[in-house]
Amino acid sequence: MVVHYLLGNEAIAHGCLEAAVDIVCGYPGTPSSEVIDTLRMDPDRAYKVEWSVNEKVAFEEALAASWCGLRAICTMKHVGLNVAADPLMVSAYTGAKGGFVILSADDPFAHSSQNEQDSRCYSLFARIPCLDPSTLQEAHDMVRDAFALSEEFSLPVLFRPTTRICHSKSDVDMGDVKKSDRAAFFDKDSRQYVVIPAHTRILHQKLNQKQPIIKKRLIELGYNRYEIKGKAAVICGGVGASYVREVIGPDVSLAVIGAYPVDEGWLAGFIQKHDKILVVEELSPVIEEIVRQVSGCVLVYGKKSGHVPYEGELSPERVAHYLTAAGIATSVRYEEPQKPAALPNRPPILCAGCMHRTAMYAMKKVFRDGIFPSDIGCYTLGIQLGTVDTTICMGASITIASGMSLAGDARDIVCTIGDSTFLHSGIQGLVNAVYNGANITVVILDNRITAMTGHQPNPTTGLTACGVSSPPVSLEAICRACGATFVETVSPSDLTTFLNVLKKAKATMGVKVVIARQPCVISEKRSKTNRGKYAVRQESCIGCKACIKFGCPAIELRGGLAAITDLCSGCGVCVQICPVGAIGREVKE
Amino acid sequence: MSGRGNWQGGEGMSFDVMIVGIGGQGTILTSNILGKACVIEGIPVRGAETHGMAQRGGSVESQIRIGQQYGPLIPPGTADLLLSFDLMETVRAVHWLKENGQIFTSQEFVVPTSVFMQDYPAPDEHMLLEMLDSRKYKMIDCHQIAEEAGNLLTQNIVLLGAASPEIPLKRESIEKAIRETVPQKTVDINLKAFDMGIEAGKSD
Repeated sequence: MVVHYLLGNEAIAHGCLEAAVDIVCGYPGTPSSEVIDTLRMDPDRAYKVEWSVNEKVAFEEALAASWCGLRAICTMKHVGLNVAADPLMVSAYTGAKGGFVILSADDPFAHSSQNEQDSRCYSLFARIPCLDPSTLQEAHDMVRDAFALSEEFSLPVLFRPTTRICHSKSDVDMGDVKKSDRAAFFDKDSRQYVVIPAHTRILHQKLNQKQPIIKKRLIELGYNRYEIKGKAAVICGGVGASYVREVIGPDVSLAVIGAYPVDEGWLAGFIQKHDKILVVEELSPVIEEIVRQVSGCVLVYGKKSGHVPYEGELSPERVAHYLTAAGIATSVRYEEPQKPAALPNRPPILCAGCMHRTAMYAMKKVFRDGIFPSDIGCYTLGIQLGTVDTTICMGASITIASGMSLAGDARDIVCTIGDSTFLHSGIQGLVNAVYNGANITVVILDNRITAMTGHQPNPTTGLTACGVSSPPVSLEAICRACGATFVETVSPSDLTTFLNVLKKAKATMGVKVVIARQPCVISEKRSKTNRGKYAVRQESCIGCKACIKFGCPAIELRGGLAAITDLCSGCGVCVQICPVGAIGREVKE
Repeated sequence: MSGRGNWQGGEGMSFDVMIVGIGGQGTILTSNILGKACVIEGIPVRGAETHGMAQRGGSVESQIRIGQQYGPLIPPGTADLLLSFDLMETVRAVHWLKENGQIFTSQEFVVPTSVFMQDYPAPDEHMLLEMLDSRKYKMIDCHQIAEEAGNLLTQNIVLLGAASPEIPLKRESIEKAIRETVPQKTVDINLKAFDMGIEAGKSD
């Protein structure tokens, strides 16, 4: 055993190695991405790692590997599980052979997500076991043991860490890495793997018969446990259990739910030894629903009584507050802290030299009264530029645009979607829009990388997850194959040409695809591309703020005149925006 | 590798440090150094940090709890120490500190782009210091010192050095953690920056 200071996702990755994982697939999504980012960097790996084009693809590949007898994990963020929900629901029927773990990372408080859904609900829906760690050590141990649990029940196991597990750090005790000696062999069995009605009815029955045995086993394994100390009790799960432990009074009983499904009889036994129960969990009242089913006359506080919120994340001081409100003793008291100071916000912003800013600046110029459906990626930050009117989920920019066109809004409809998002789930929308005669402009913001989640390669990059060269797919060929006849590729840093292409698109009916192609500035910086810097000639600047309104973080106002800072990456777009030619190459004195 | 359990702080007690700045300034690296130093000393430690899109030039924070065995989050109003790489972020984060908590802050600050775009009045150093009110703070010219040490990228290590006497970890442990954390060829320059930071923290 060795103790290391690790990020939660690194600890989870190491747990996979200790379980001798064979196949790792996933689609990047905060807060899950670093699990694969850790595993794909291992030069001595004996397993295969893939960034798949979307979560459904990743899920099905990992499932197939499991059917071939290998240990497999697929990773995604919570909303990715929606994309993979179709195979998820049926995989519970077909079951797994080699250990199959689905990592779906939830994001309470939506730190970097479009919603706060709770993956535990999926495990109840699909009737598969779910492991919900409360600490990093537990996350490491749980994922290590989840493969064996999956093999024991021949079922996929859902592993559900949250942001404060994935992106927290802790001293973690790690075991040895093990190498797999498994070889893939698919043992044909149509009654197991072909879900025609005659087979699926039987498989469903078998799935239901497993449930009571799983519930008992999760208690035996110590995932669901309690300690009785008094007449009041807290029942909790997930990272919230850590906060509860930090603030709970010494004479209060504690039950921790680390796995689902929960054995109702076991839980009722605990509840009935108490007068009062407080249920503390993030997001959906999953534990609370079960508690209320078996609580009888015992008083239960939680979300349904208004004591704990349904949304947001927990913290020690919030948990202490809920305990106090429920009349349960705490070991600490927190004073009301002072209010945060009133300062201008510092939201995340597109980088200096980012092509998304230029593309969106041009869109706003040409389509002044346009509607701008957008998508999930760094470019969602374009909301600050007024060119993001909608985002809902991956790939929905094109379909929301074609839907508005179908609805008949007469304004120009111009949607934006990134390269990775287009390949994830944008293509079907494009086929549909072209075939059904939509009148929209689709701007594919192609920076050749999945940037927002930490620069994972995708099929436009030309490299696989492990850095092996692979011919990049042609977005132009894909778009033409989808039926689009207007497909123009242009670099936004050539502002004049880009504006002209947009004007041409505006004047053309039908589906127009503009591929705005320029590498991500962060990728360029990492590959040591140096384009030099630009500077404002102070004597020429008239203080019109045209460049300031462009919103580049490298341009600031000093005494009413523009100035360019060290952040400049040399894209040169501000030179093309300045109406008096006051910006030029930096001259070193 | 060391074992666990030398921490004298008692169950649930920890020395809590908030590290704040702007995405890209090295808050995560700094907290990693403290985390590794804890492992070197066999002390339990918890940390929480900002990842993902928020890092794109936005306000970021790393929380690190030395001696903590439960959760990674510091309750507002209870942090023992605030390390800040940007004076404006110092003001933004000051409510995390307990009443007599100590602040070590860089003197420099970056005005958010939105201030220029929306024509808000830009805050100046005097205004920001006034907003710190009666708080105990030590302002360090990290830029100048890092430049003297030989690399502007060591500003975070300078500040860590200045604050290190307040942190319940041995100097040798932090230095060892720096060696294990920073790129190999920058070890000497970082250790020098750490040293110069300690000196700067002593002066008034």
